[in-house]
Amino acid sequence: MSKTVNQKAWWLVLPVFVMVAFNALIPLMTVVNYSVQESFGNNEFFWSGTVWFQQLLADDQIHESLLRQIVFTSIVLAIQVPLGLSIALCMPKKGPWVSVCLVLMALPLLVPWNVVGSMWNIMALPDIGLLGKGINALGIPFNYTRQPMAAWFTVILMDVWHWTSLVVLLCYAGLVSIPDAYYQAAKVDGAKPWAVFRYIQLPKLKHVLTIAILLRFMDSFMIYTEVIVLTGGGPGSTTKFLSIDLVQKALGGFDLGPAAALSIVYFLIILLMSWLFYTLMMRNEAN
Amino acid sequence: MSLELHNITKQVGADTHIHPTSLVLKPGSFNVLLGTTLSGKTTLMQLMAGIQKPSSGTIRFAGKDVTGVAVQKRNVSMVYQQFINYPNFNVYDNIASPLRVAGMSSAEIDARVGKAADLLRLTPMLKRRPNELSGGQQQRTAIARALVKDSDLILLDEPLANLDYKLREELREELPKLFAGREAIVVYATTEPIEALLFGGTTAALHEGRVTQFGPTSAIYRTPRDLVTAQVFSDPPINTAIVEKRGETMTVFGNVAWPAGSARSLPDGRYTMGIRPHHVTPEKAAKTSGAFTGRVLVTELSGSESIIHVEVGGSTWVSQSHGIHAFEVGASATLHADLDQALFFGANGELIR
Repeated sequence: MSKTVNQKAWWLVLPVFVMVAFNALIPLMTVVNYSVQESFGNNEFFWSGTVWFQQLLADDQIHESLLRQIVFTSIVLAIQVPLGLSIALCMPKKGPWVSVCLVLMALPLLVPWNVVGSMWNIMALPDIGLLGKGINALGIPFNYTRQPMAAWFTVILMDVWHWTSLVVLLCYAGLVSIPDAYYQAAKVDGAKPWAVFRYIQLPKLKHVLTIAILLRFMDSFMIYTEVIVLTGGGPGSTTKFLSIDLVQKALGGFDLGPAAALSIVYFLIILLMSWLFYTLMMRNEAN
Repeated sequence: MSLELHNITKQVGADTHIHPTSLVLKPGSFNVLLGTTLSGKTTLMQLMAGIQKPSSGTIRFAGKDVTGVAVQKRNVSMVYQQFINYPNFNVYDNIASPLRVAGMSSAEIDARVGKAADLLRLTPMLKRRPNELSGGQQQRTAIARALVKDSDLILLDEPLANLDYKLREELREELPKLFAGREAIVVYATTEPIEALLFGGTTAALHEGRVTQFGPTSAIYRTPRDLVTAQVFSDPPINTAIVEKRGETMTVFGNVAWPAGSARSLPDGRYTMGIRPHHVTPEKAAKTSGAFTGRVLVTELSGSESIIHVEVGGSTWVSQSHGIHAFEVGASATLHADLDQALFFGANGELIR
């Protein structure tokens, strides 16, 4: 068999190559470039080696926002995954209510992120907001612009409202794909509802849940828009997450070098955690 | 301890899934439900098991009324077309699961699982999980799970349909042996007449939610009560033609004259004749035969036999014969029908001879 040589084919690959280059490769390389240089006006750059990275690792402010980020992501995952799974289990499997439920569930996902922020900003206002005024009316002092706890509560509530639906939809899709015969077989065996969940539904949902947790981990670890609109990182810097810190460095201070170094570390943290989680979840499959 | 169905029906909305059906299944019997897809086999099984409730009629087990008693409260086990096992249990735990639910001692469980695994040749893979087994082994596990319980009623819903050819043959041979000598009533649903014949026992032919005939398998095969039963019990499909019988001869396909064959003692008139494909051969083989010429539509040669589809008189006839008979598609072929084996049905489809 002789191979047909067709050099023209390169031209057909070119558009995709250009797109990927402008989308991912060039910006990423620019960031890498910034992270090892000191920049001045007039496009003057000087090699600075790993200075920014060393500075970054010793920066208390970044340690704090990283810690806040980890706490936030853990809380959000601990709420959204079990809650999403239970809602999916309660949803009807067939009938006219299926589409109603699905549309209701999809709604929060369709709202633009900055709108979500404004919505909850107004909603949690202590004087006019439904949530803020309601809590105050119960006799609990609540002002998210002053109290760190109230701010955290609002931010978490907002994220749960916005993203639990994603977990629900993924789990629901996984649940309806379990053949009816499994439930029937369990019934014939006389298995209790808990056993059906533990030994049929949960194992069958393993892959879907892995994906849901991964997506929610990555997204919540990068949260920016909603929080900046809602609290702006305050009160003080109590809700200042890693991405907010990054933007303040890059745009506020125009410290391109440190911001680029932080971007790369940020990216590596997410990559590492996702890889670790995925490998742990899938290790049984391999052997 | 027999299972008796008295005039049970199943109505879902405006659709009738099961028309009034009465059956008596004896303990230790092997019963085949034979019917095409959507003929109501699965529904009938679920009614027997108590997974579904009949719309009317009563079900008795060992003389006791069990209509509407849920499946968990009856001693039933079931095997499905899909290979249903607990995904994160190994084979041992899967087989043991119904016994654990029943709260049996671990020594007893061990003994029973060991026996069932031995019978189904699963002993070497007791520690494996379902996704590490072949399809055949997965279905063996499911069957072992059904056997280990010592149920009164074992239902198998097309258990071999999803297996590949070799494994199907293998399990087909083993299945009757597994159930032999047990007190349980076994019900086996299939679309394939050959499985019913292989297993022997009794067969209920099902057509559009109706049991058209129930009795010993060979008897149904030899003397189907009506045309529908004969059609359900023939694969490739039975050949049919309208015949006009006059004295010693009959006219088929409008203009072909054949000797009357097994219809010779019938009064003159119009009948529907049915001849099974293996009684239609390229060579004249029988004492009383009728020849006809038609256009070849399809030929299927498998080495040991040839199946030839021929268009004649506006309908398709099928011939199934030993050896290789190569006919060209589109050419005309002359075939011979064994008229002593022909079945004759009356105007309502009932068997006359």
